[in-house]
Amino acid sequence: MTSPNVTMLEQKRAAARLGGGEKRIDTQHSKGKLTARERLEILLDPNSFEEWDMFVEHRCTDFGMAEQTIPGDGVVTGYGQINGRPVFVFSQDFTVLGGSLSETHAAKIVKVMDQAMKTGIPVIGLNDSGGARIQEGVASLGGYAEVFQRNVDASGVVPQISVIMGPCAGGAVYSPAMTDFIFMVEGSSYMYVTGPDVVKTVTHEDVSHEDLGGASTHAKKSGVAHKAYANDVEALMGVRTLMSYLPQSCDDKAPEIATDDPITRKAPALDRIIPANPNQPYNMKHVISHIIDDDSFFEIHPDFAGNIITGFARMGGQSVAIIANQPMVLAGCLDINASRKAARFVRFADAFNIPLITLVDVPGFMPGTAQEYGGIIAHGAKLLFAYAEANVPKVTLITRKAYGGAYDVMSSKHLRGDVNYAWPTAEIAVMGSEGAARIIFRADSDDPEKLKQRSDDYRAKFANPFIAAKRGYIDDVIMPNNSRFRLARALNMLKGKRASRPQRKHDNLPL
Amino acid sequence: MFNKILIANRGEIACRIIRTAQTMNIKTVAVYSDADANSNHVIMADEAAWIGLPPSAESYLDAEAIIAAAKATGAEAIHPGFGFLSENAQFVSAVEKAGLTFIGPGAEAIQLMGDKITSKTLAEKAGVSIVPGTEGAVSDVDVAAKAAIDIGYPVMIKASAGGGGKGMRIAHDEDELREAMPQAQNEARASFGDDRVFVEKFVTSPRHIEIQILGDSHGNIVYLGERECSLQRRHQKVLEEAPSPFISDKTRAAMGKQAVELAKAVQYKSAGTVEFIVGADEDFYFLEMNTRLQVEHPVTELVYDIDLVEWMIRIAAGEKLTLKQKDITPNGWAVEVRLYAEDPSRGFLPAIGQLTRYREPETDTNTGIRIDSGVHEAGEISIYYDPMIAKVIGYGKTRDAALDRLSLGLDYYVIEGLAHNRQFLRHIIDHPAFRKGDFTTSFIADEYPHGYTPAAPEDKTALAQMRSIAVLLVASRLDRMAASGNGTVDTAFWLNDEAGASSAIWDKAANSVTIDGQVMVIAGAPDRDSRRFVGAINGADVVMQIWHHAARVEVMLGAHRLAVHVLPERVSHLQALMREKSVTGGAVEITAPMPGLMTRVMVSVGDHITAGDDVVVIEAMKMENLLKSTETGIVKEILANAGETVAADQPLIRLADKTESE
Repeated sequence: MTSPNVTMLEQKRAAARLGGGEKRIDTQHSKGKLTARERLEILLDPNSFEEWDMFVEHRCTDFGMAEQTIPGDGVVTGYGQINGRPVFVFSQDFTVLGGSLSETHAAKIVKVMDQAMKTGIPVIGLNDSGGARIQEGVASLGGYAEVFQRNVDASGVVPQISVIMGPCAGGAVYSPAMTDFIFMVEGSSYMYVTGPDVVKTVTHEDVSHEDLGGASTHAKKSGVAHKAYANDVEALMGVRTLMSYLPQSCDDKAPEIATDDPITRKAPALDRIIPANPNQPYNMKHVISHIIDDDSFFEIHPDFAGNIITGFARMGGQSVAIIANQPMVLAGCLDINASRKAARFVRFADAFNIPLITLVDVPGFMPGTAQEYGGIIAHGAKLLFAYAEANVPKVTLITRKAYGGAYDVMSSKHLRGDVNYAWPTAEIAVMGSEGAARIIFRADSDDPEKLKQRSDDYRAKFANPFIAAKRGYIDDVIMPNNSRFRLARALNMLKGKRASRPQRKHDNLPL
Repeated sequence: MFNKILIANRGEIACRIIRTAQTMNIKTVAVYSDADANSNHVIMADEAAWIGLPPSAESYLDAEAIIAAAKATGAEAIHPGFGFLSENAQFVSAVEKAGLTFIGPGAEAIQLMGDKITSKTLAEKAGVSIVPGTEGAVSDVDVAAKAAIDIGYPVMIKASAGGGGKGMRIAHDEDELREAMPQAQNEARASFGDDRVFVEKFVTSPRHIEIQILGDSHGNIVYLGERECSLQRRHQKVLEEAPSPFISDKTRAAMGKQAVELAKAVQYKSAGTVEFIVGADEDFYFLEMNTRLQVEHPVTELVYDIDLVEWMIRIAAGEKLTLKQKDITPNGWAVEVRLYAEDPSRGFLPAIGQLTRYREPETDTNTGIRIDSGVHEAGEISIYYDPMIAKVIGYGKTRDAALDRLSLGLDYYVIEGLAHNRQFLRHIIDHPAFRKGDFTTSFIADEYPHGYTPAAPEDKTALAQMRSIAVLLVASRLDRMAASGNGTVDTAFWLNDEAGASSAIWDKAANSVTIDGQVMVIAGAPDRDSRRFVGAINGADVVMQIWHHAARVEVMLGAHRLAVHVLPERVSHLQALMREKSVTGGAVEITAPMPGLMTRVMVSVGDHITAGDDVVVIEAMKMENLLKSTETGIVKEILANAGETVAADQPLIRLADKTESE
C-alpha cells in the first residue's frame, strides 16, 4: 500500500500541474496562449526543469479566498537549462486566479531571484498576470516591491529577461521595466501603467488595450519592448537564441559558438557599398551582415529608433555587441530615442563583458525644437557617458561620416576606443563641407558658385580619414573588403584587456 | 585601327564592348551619370568621363556632352551600344562632323530604316517579303472581300487609326469577313472617330525570327544565321536562341538572302538585324531592321564563333570583311535569357533596389555559360535605366545541352534584394512545349496568364530534397548553440510548409535527414554567405539556394520555392495551439511598389475591389506599370492623384477597415 503522504504528494502534484483547471486551460489556448508550464517546455532543454515551491499556497482568508487555493499559487518557479546552461525561471499562470500576484506568489519569485544572485545564473520571467491580488491588499503590493528590489540588486550581476505573454498592468510593469530585455507577444500581451478604462475617465481618450500597450506600441513607439514576436513559441525560441549571446553573469564570458565561416573571408561587396554621392543612403545592415559570422545577427530594438542599429552577433564564434548608425533612417542622425536605445545597449554589453563593435556613419545630432525641448542634451549625454564608461574591448569602424560631436560620442579614440579604424570613404570633420563653407566663408554666402567652390575645397581637404589618422585618432585606414578579418583580429588582441575604474559609490549617469 | 574609343552607353553592354576593345589593345573611355559613378563599366574602362545627371535625357542621351567627352579624352571613335543614341541619325552626323568615327552604320541607313513606312517600301523594292494587304484603307466590303482572296485567308481587319486591339477583327473566310468588317468599322469609329480600316494577312502562330547581318564599307555583306526571339512579355524579349528550333535550312537561306539584299539596298556597313515575323507554314514577312547591335547578339557570337563588336570596330576603322558567306556555318546551339529586376508574380512589374547578394555562376569554357552583366553586389537597380540585371547564355552541341547548362547557370545565380525573374526563366526552360521548340510569340501570355509565382514542387523527391536541407540548416544551427553549453541536442523535428506538415529525424553522424520515413543522405554543406547549397542528396547532384532566419528556411530548387518552418518535434504539439491572430483595426493601404509618375487611377471611392484588380498605373523606367490590388475591400480614400510623382511605398489607396466594410 502506498503511504498516505505519497498519495498526497501525487494528488498535490496533479493539482498543481492542472493549475486553474481544464476549462481555464482551454480558454488560455483559445486565445492562442500557452499555459505557464507549456511555455517552460519550450523555453528549457527537455527534462531539465527542476520545480520549486509547487506546494506553496496563499494565506489569505478574506473575500472567500480560503476556498480558492491552488498549489503553486499562480506562478511556476524553479530552474532549468538552456542549451545546457542553467537559468532560473518564473512563469506566471493566468489560469490560476488570473495569474494575480499574492504575497506568496511574490515570495516564490524572490526565492529564485535570490538564488540566481548567489549562483550567478540568469533569470527569465514569463509574465502573464492580471496584476495585484486585490483581496490581499497591501501584502500583494509589498510582494511587488520585494521583487523590484531584487531586480535592482541583480541588475548588472546576472542577465534578467522578461517575456510579456499576457496582461502586465499597473505596478507590475516595473519589474520587467528594470530587467535587461523585454520581449512581447503580438496580439496577446500588453503593458501599461493605467488601462484604457482609467485613461477614458481621466483624459477622455478612447484607446484600445492594443493601441495603448500592445506589443507593437512598445516595440515601435515607446521602445519599452526590445522585440515583438508573432506568438508564444517564437518568443520563447527567441529567448533561447538571445541567451546564446549572453554570459551567465558579470563574472563570466559569453559562450563561444563554433562557426564554419572563416574570419579571413573577404567581402568585396563592401568596397563599393558606399554610394558616390555622400547624401545617398545605403543599408548599414548589409555592412553588418558581411562582417559578422553567417546569419549571427540578433537585433535588439529592430523596430524602434531605426536610425541606430543595436544587436548581438558573433565574430569568429565570439559574442559581440554591435552599435551602428543607419543612414537609411533619418540619415543616421542621433536623436533622443536613438541615444537612449544605444546607451542602454552599450551599458548592458559593458556590464556583461561583451565587446563593442561600433560602425559609424553619423552626420550629427538631430536638430529642432522637438529634440531640444525633449532634452536631447541629457539623452545624448547618456550615450556619450555609456561609451566613455564602458571598459570592455571597444572596436570602432568609421564607414563614412563622422561629424561633429557625434564623432566624439560614437566610441571615438578619445573615449578610450581600443582600436579605431576607418574606411577610405570616411569623412571625419566638424561638419559637412557645405555647412562648413557657409560658416567659414560667410562673405560668399550669396554667391552659390563661389560657395560651391569653397565647399568643394573643404571637402577635398577634410572629407577623408587621413587628417584624423595623422593625429592617431584612427589607428589604420582599412580596405572595406577586409573589415571582417581586421575587426576579428582586433577583438582577438583585446581578449585580455584589463581596465579599472576609479573608486566611487557609483557614477551619476545623466538620467 | 583606333587607339582609343569611347563607349556611349552603360551597364552590361558598355562592359561587353570594353572587354572586346581590351582584347584588341584599344584604350577605352566610359561615360557615366551621377547614378553610375561606382558602376562596373566606369571601373573597367581606362578613363571615365562624367556626362550629367541620372535621367538619361540629361546624360546618356546628351549627344553634345558625349561628343565633348570624346574630344576631351582624345577618343577617335564612339561605340553607341544599343538603346540611347544608337539609332539616332543626327547623333551619327554630329559625331562625324566632330571629326570622330561612329562605330555603326551610316546616318542614311539609320534614317531610312528608322522610318516604318520608308523601310517597308525600301524592303519591298529590294525583294523582301512584306505582309500582304490592301494598299491603304478600304471602305467597301466587296472590295475588301476581293482583296482578301488575293491576300489569302485568314486575314486581319485593322483600324487605320488603330491601336490597343480596338477595331481589330480576324476573318477566316468571306462570310466572317462580311460580318466582321462593319463591326471593325463601328468600333474604329467609336474608339478613334475614324472608321477607316485596311485588310492584311493574318499570320497564324507567329514567331519572331531575325537575321544577323554584317556589312563593311567595301560593299561586302554576309548574314550570320537567325535568332529565334519569340518568347516575349510586355512586348519585350526575354529568351532568344540561335539557331531557331523551327525554320528549315531552306527558309534560313531565303531569309538570309532577303536580309542581305535589304542591307545592300541601304549600303549597310556594320552589324545589323533584319526582323521577320514567321507563320506556322514558314512564310516570313519583314517587320523592321535594327541598325545596331542587338541585345541578344551573344547567341549568334557563340554559334558562329565570332565577335560582332570586334567586327563593328574593324569595319568602322575601314577594314574589309574577311568572312565569306559559304564559310559561315552554325556550330552548336546557344540560348540567352534576360535576367530582369521585375516581379513575375505581379504582372512583370519592374523592380528596383539594391542587389544585397549578387553572385554569378562560374563561367569558363567547361561550364558552357556566358554572362554579360554590368552590375555588382551592393549595386543598385535604379528607376533611371533599363531594369535588366544580366544576360545569361548557355551553349552546347545541341539545344538540350545548351538548355541544361543554362538551367544550371540559373540555379547557381544568386540575386537577392529585389524581385527578379530568375525562377520564371528557369520554369520556361523546363516547360515541355518550350523544350520541344513548340512556341509562338504568345507563349508567355498563353502559358503564364497570371505570371509566375514559384511554389512547392509536385515531384516528391524534389520536395523531400528541399525539406531535408531546411531541416539540416535549422538542426545544425540549434546543435551549435546546444554545443556551447553541452546541452541536449534535438534530433527529432517537425516541419511545416506549403505541402503540409511532416516529421523529420536529423542524424548528425550520418549527415542525413529522414522525412516521413524517407532517408535523405546529404553530401556537402550549405554556404550561408553565397546562399548556395551545392552537393548531393542520396547521390543525386543538386544546386539549391537557401535563406535562413531562425526557425524559417526558404529553399529554392530550380523553378521551385519552399518556405519551411522547422521546430524541434518536442514543441510541435504546442505550435499547433498557435493561431493566426487577426490584426485589430487599422485600415489597409495599397502602396506604390516603386517610385514613378502616377498616370492613372482606375478606382474611385466606394468601389469594392478584390485582390488582383487593376488600381492605378505608375509610369517608371519608361514603362507603364499596371498596379494590381493586393487587398480586398472597399476604397475609402484615394491618397495620390494622377499626374503626381510618388515615392516607393507611398500609400496610394486606403481601403476601409475590415470591420467597417463588413
